[in-house]
Amino acid sequence: MSFYDDLIANAPALIVAIPLLFAFATPLVSKINKGLRNVWAFLAVLLSGALMYVLAWEIFKDGGDLASVYVFGGDNAEVFNVLENVRITFYVDGMAAFMGLIMATVAFGAIIYSFSFVKKYSGQDKYYTLLLLMLAANFGMVFTGDLFNLFVWFEVSSVAICGLIAFRTNRGESFEGAAKYLIYSTIAGLLLLFAIGLLYGEYGHLNIKYLSSAIGAGGSMLMIDRIALGILVTVFALKAGAVPMHMATPDGYSEAPAPITAMMVTASQAGLYAMFRSTFTLYGGNIQNAVEQLDLLHAAGYLLVILGVLSMFVGVTLALVQKDIKRLMAYHAISQTGYMLLGVGVGLAVYAQGGNNDFAEFGRTAMAGGIFHIFNHALYKGLLFLTAGAIIYKAGTRDLNKMGGLGRDMKMTALFFIIGALAIAGVPPANGFASKFLIYESVFRFNPVIGAVAMLVSLLTLASFVKVFYSAFMGPKNPDMKVGEVPKTMLIGMAVLAGMILVFSFLPSLVLSEIVDPAVTALAGPGPAIDFNLTLFSGQGGWNALVFLVVFIVMFILGYLLRLVLGNKGTTPKNEGAKPYLFGNPTEIGGVPIVVSGSNVYWGFIRALKRYYRPMEKMHSGLINEYVFWFMGTIGLVMLALMVLI
Amino acid sequence: MMSEIPYIAVVALIGIGLYIVMFKRNLIKLAMGITLIETGANLFLITLAYRSGDRLSAPVMTSQIMGGGAPAYSLPTPHALTLTSIVIGVATTALLLAFFMQLYKKFKVSSVDEMRRLRG
Repeated sequence: MSFYDDLIANAPALIVAIPLLFAFATPLVSKINKGLRNVWAFLAVLLSGALMYVLAWEIFKDGGDLASVYVFGGDNAEVFNVLENVRITFYVDGMAAFMGLIMATVAFGAIIYSFSFVKKYSGQDKYYTLLLLMLAANFGMVFTGDLFNLFVWFEVSSVAICGLIAFRTNRGESFEGAAKYLIYSTIAGLLLLFAIGLLYGEYGHLNIKYLSSAIGAGGSMLMIDRIALGILVTVFALKAGAVPMHMATPDGYSEAPAPITAMMVTASQAGLYAMFRSTFTLYGGNIQNAVEQLDLLHAAGYLLVILGVLSMFVGVTLALVQKDIKRLMAYHAISQTGYMLLGVGVGLAVYAQGGNNDFAEFGRTAMAGGIFHIFNHALYKGLLFLTAGAIIYKAGTRDLNKMGGLGRDMKMTALFFIIGALAIAGVPPANGFASKFLIYESVFRFNPVIGAVAMLVSLLTLASFVKVFYSAFMGPKNPDMKVGEVPKTMLIGMAVLAGMILVFSFLPSLVLSEIVDPAVTALAGPGPAIDFNLTLFSGQGGWNALVFLVVFIVMFILGYLLRLVLGNKGTTPKNEGAKPYLFGNPTEIGGVPIVVSGSNVYWGFIRALKRYYRPMEKMHSGLINEYVFWFMGTIGLVMLALMVLI
Repeated sequence: MMSEIPYIAVVALIGIGLYIVMFKRNLIKLAMGITLIETGANLFLITLAYRSGDRLSAPVMTSQIMGGGAPAYSLPTPHALTLTSIVIGVATTALLLAFFMQLYKKFKVSSVDEMRRLRG
């Protein structure tokens, strides 16, 4: 065996071990030299990220149906095939490698960004230690081959994240956000442990591969299986931040330092990953055998769709009324998670239907869209959180009403923000559109109403990002704000993610055929081969970003020529266009002009929907008791649905 | 009947813990509630370990007569799980109490009603 083969064979363990080892050595290195510590932390992310890329290359190289199995304490997997069930294993298949790639990429951008961003704070040793610990936990959660270690990584991730949320100790609010997030995730973790105990008590094993062959093998689903599935789905939905268990998510997202928030997005997606694993792999392993199992998974698929639609809609409508820039983006993260739940939920519902061709016709596309959206979401949401961090770094405030005119000094940040905002709103030709396109077209076949809701949510997303852009970057310069662009390393961190968005915007089919399709295969079995093609096909239609690029360039040139011909008159206060437009209402009352604050430009819309917003305000009361009550209520309803209704 | 008592205790512990977390407003009581849930989950794992019959899927550790005369044994895996889970529990409880302490220092917050700066 060459060195390279050895490296590949041990890569799953090394990818987790390197950040762990470096994490605990970081405080020691910091004693020697502060600059060395930054290099040290960067090296850890770089090494494990590079290994992740190499491992993913090996897995995806030949169609992607390979899986890398690492058995701890064993020579190799084949010899100890029987004992593999009782050992601790790492199991890296297409789906796990897909998630690992995303985590490595976002962590790379986040750590470069961190160097300047946390420079002014004390306690940087702990910051880098916890950042690496969180990275290791993220990797561990997607690699693990047994349920108990899933719980362990779940908890390691929670503890590291909560420590980082409370990083800015001068802000009392960060402790509040951290405490709420920790209470939520600890209760979720303990219920997860209880569910794992149920499965262990019944089957005597923790290995996911073994359990998937044991569950449903008798031809019927036991009550314990149903209860365990209910708990697993709800707990992982909480980790992913799905409505109605989302209340602590905006608190945590908005209080954490920006690079951590970007990485928290991938940690939430690890929750999604675990949910898909537990439905497709754990409960769907024996799917041909039992009718009851099909019904159970079918119901679980509908549950995911319901959670997805709720998350999409509630998330985006609440984002529209926020005035804290990071809180607004956190609600958008919830809303976008809804798309992934929706896509994969539709996939699961028709996958478990049996007896017709729905899965081949649009179910697989919906799943591919949902999983593709995970990739796009991590990139653009990571980028947007980083730009929000840059805005707060320079403006010194997170209140949209107090900032303005930043675009004059922060041209690069504004550009990155536009790229991220176009991607999240699914405006062609940005990458967000490619995955949403697959979701729209396939979900429309599943249920036209849900497809229409998905499009409406995209519109509202665009609207609220227009609001952010308008209040943060446009307008006259505020003399109180510090001027100038953010430091170089922060720009590089953002550029890494923005560059990837640009590249994959024009090559969506490359991502789909090379890494998304193997991930779908790992969950739902092999399907028809997808070849690389510049046009992305959804089964109903096609989408080619390059055509749009040409159209955009032509339009830009036309607009530029028009400007040359007509001249740049600009806007002066005399023009009609400079007056505020208040939905046809008078713009001044008794000589006093009406001022609409930047965060409240949609006041007419929000007032019209006050019957919707009042109960929403009551629901997000800030009381952790009530949040836990919502969580318990959801678990109860999910279990009821899985036990009684089918 | 005797062998079911631990399970009743598990349900009681988790139930009381969840009740506290949902309906009590004091922050320290909240931490206690979480610890109770954790104890319940740990007790559940330990109870699962002790069983009789011939399901020898893992090495046997003890040999004692239990219930209907079949040799009883204790699986090592749940013990390992419980140990790990206790360690994790200590970490989360300590972290939670640290947050509550800091909140008290900053804002004199001792109740959930006062811990609602972040909402909406």
